[in-house]
Amino acid sequence: MSKIVTLNGNMAIAEAIRQINPDVVAAYPITPSTSIVETVAQYVADGLIDSEFVCPESEHSAMSVCIGAAAAGGRVTTATASQGLALMWEMLYIAAGLRLPIVAAIVNRALSAPINIHGDHSDTMGARDSGWIQIYSENAQEAYDNFIQAFRIAEHPDVRTPVMVTFDGFIISHSLETMKIEDDEAVKKFVGEYSPVYPLLDTDNPITVGPIDFTDFYFEHKVNQLEGIENAPKVIEEVGKEFGKRFGREYGFFEEYRMDDAEVAILLMSSAAGTAKETVDELRAQGKKVGLIKLRVFRPFPARKLAETLSRLKAVAVLDRATSPGAEGAPLFVETRSALFDYPERPKIINYVYGLGGRDITPEHFHQVYRKLEKIASTGKVDQYYGYLNLRE
Amino acid sequence: MVRLRELASMEDRLVSGHGLCLGCGIPVIMKVVLRATTDPIVIANATGCLEVCTSRFPWTSWRTTWMHSAFENAASTIAGVEAMYKALVRKGKIPKDKKIKFLAIGGDGGTYDIGFQALSGAAERGHDFVYICYDNNVYANTGGQRSAATPLGASATTSPAGSKIPGKMQKRKDLTQIMAAHGIPYVAQASPHRWMDLYNKAKKAFEVDGPAFLNVLTPCPLEWKYDESQGMRIANLAADTCVWPLYEVENGKYKINYFPKEKLPVIKWLEPQGRFRHLFKEENKWLIDEIQKSVDEDWERLQRLAKL
Repeated sequence: MSKIVTLNGNMAIAEAIRQINPDVVAAYPITPSTSIVETVAQYVADGLIDSEFVCPESEHSAMSVCIGAAAAGGRVTTATASQGLALMWEMLYIAAGLRLPIVAAIVNRALSAPINIHGDHSDTMGARDSGWIQIYSENAQEAYDNFIQAFRIAEHPDVRTPVMVTFDGFIISHSLETMKIEDDEAVKKFVGEYSPVYPLLDTDNPITVGPIDFTDFYFEHKVNQLEGIENAPKVIEEVGKEFGKRFGREYGFFEEYRMDDAEVAILLMSSAAGTAKETVDELRAQGKKVGLIKLRVFRPFPARKLAETLSRLKAVAVLDRATSPGAEGAPLFVETRSALFDYPERPKIINYVYGLGGRDITPEHFHQVYRKLEKIASTGKVDQYYGYLNLRE
Repeated sequence: MVRLRELASMEDRLVSGHGLCLGCGIPVIMKVVLRATTDPIVIANATGCLEVCTSRFPWTSWRTTWMHSAFENAASTIAGVEAMYKALVRKGKIPKDKKIKFLAIGGDGGTYDIGFQALSGAAERGHDFVYICYDNNVYANTGGQRSAATPLGASATTSPAGSKIPGKMQKRKDLTQIMAAHGIPYVAQASPHRWMDLYNKAKKAFEVDGPAFLNVLTPCPLEWKYDESQGMRIANLAADTCVWPLYEVENGKYKINYFPKEKLPVIKWLEPQGRFRHLFKEENKWLIDEIQKSVDEDWERLQRLAKL
């Protein structure tokens, strides 16, 4: 039976792990993802799941254990945040390079220095070229839904690529929310049985995994590895639709909120979408043609789909919760602007960085952005394409 | 007791055609170790000489399941494989009677230095695996940089003998003792020149339930700078000078497996190796005395531990 419950984001992920009962869970505690690890440990201690639970001595080892376990031939998951993801960095590329379908819950948190435990997207943005699929979640419900879908996406024979499902530290990981947990058996059925590909534990058929390539093969192998993420869009779409059919909540690459006749829009990811939607409603009540696009899948980046939707607008503000020092704007902005390049009709586009280290973003800040967009739409002029929201001067 | 003829008739799991140097100790060690069990073996190999020389795509020298993921994580990679084995046996996806041995292999760089944390963690967690360190005292794969296993006084490319500093000025880390301090079921130090001792230790390591660590001295003609034909003689000198005592720690109990009939002075071990040549200059000879003193102290201490 599905049930309506009050959970925070971390508990929602732990619930999904309980329902999926992965073969190996290897994770290291770090704020704000710790309670996922603790809850899974309790499930194991209480016999609710029969996963092999490994507590490695670092996140680097946690990802290494995941890699060894996934190569051995079973379903593997982990959870981390911030510095933990940064410490895994070397191994993220290896997990993707070996095409191991590991699923990781990443609770977005700022990177040091200075040390800060609150939410921003610096951690996962730093991993955006690691070869992992990245799915961002607005709230606990989405984190739960995305996490369940992630196994189907990662393990699909055409994809075989690791997936990270992310949600904002504390804002989502630690805030209670009323949400729906689906029936245990229905979730198990949706995720399905794991079928290993060239497992190490099939010792009757010994294989060599991770050999060394020189200049003669490396290039071809790197390009071959991309096939998985290139095939992912079709699978992400199919799985999102099937999830919708099965559980009533359908998912695509991004959510369009009141975009039908919108002339200006904000594009962002994750929890800030909730506040932004409120603001859109207020402005719509005043008759203003504003909308919101909440991007769900950052890797693979749905460039064409997104650009098609944006190209009919007059002005767009891309809100990033991370910076890209020295670049022409923050990561989501750079990708979006590049996606629009081939469209003869394209909107004016600006970039705001917000919420670093968990700094609040309130309806007033969204009003500020929409005012700016309206001005750009009416004048056709951008005086400054890059700025910060709620930053003290 | 196993006979050489039996061992020789076993199929190799590391076959020839690899690119390891003429006179390298690593394949000699691996051929003995991989014969010490008849069960299937899954290997996680740290980046290093053995890894790069045996897995050049599209070829492989391995006739057993083998994996490389990175430099510092052979222990955590094999821990993952072992964890999955346990999970799948518990879930009935692998038959209970299917025995598999889990082996991690690293050089001293991948074990004493960059992989030490992963090794310590995996040992503490009690995974059922064997870790073999082929200790050639140096980062041989990258051209001879000093590691924590490089002995006092040795010249390495990042601790070179110069006119002011005569080589590495620090003593080596005693990793075998450190692993023994983890309280794991089996820890041993071995050398390929006593192949039967190495075989017996590898066999015990595979047989114990839980972590086992083998530290094996690995002559390296390239970086120790000696004639390729002399590797086993040099390894013998390491044992006879007590620079590299052969011993084991089984469930906390120390046992010395080899007492030289006549304990030779360290100079006998230093002399044939180019990496110590500078020590024989007049101004550096004090260091030979230091090395002797350090070796004597360690040997005394080991004998005391064996008497406990």
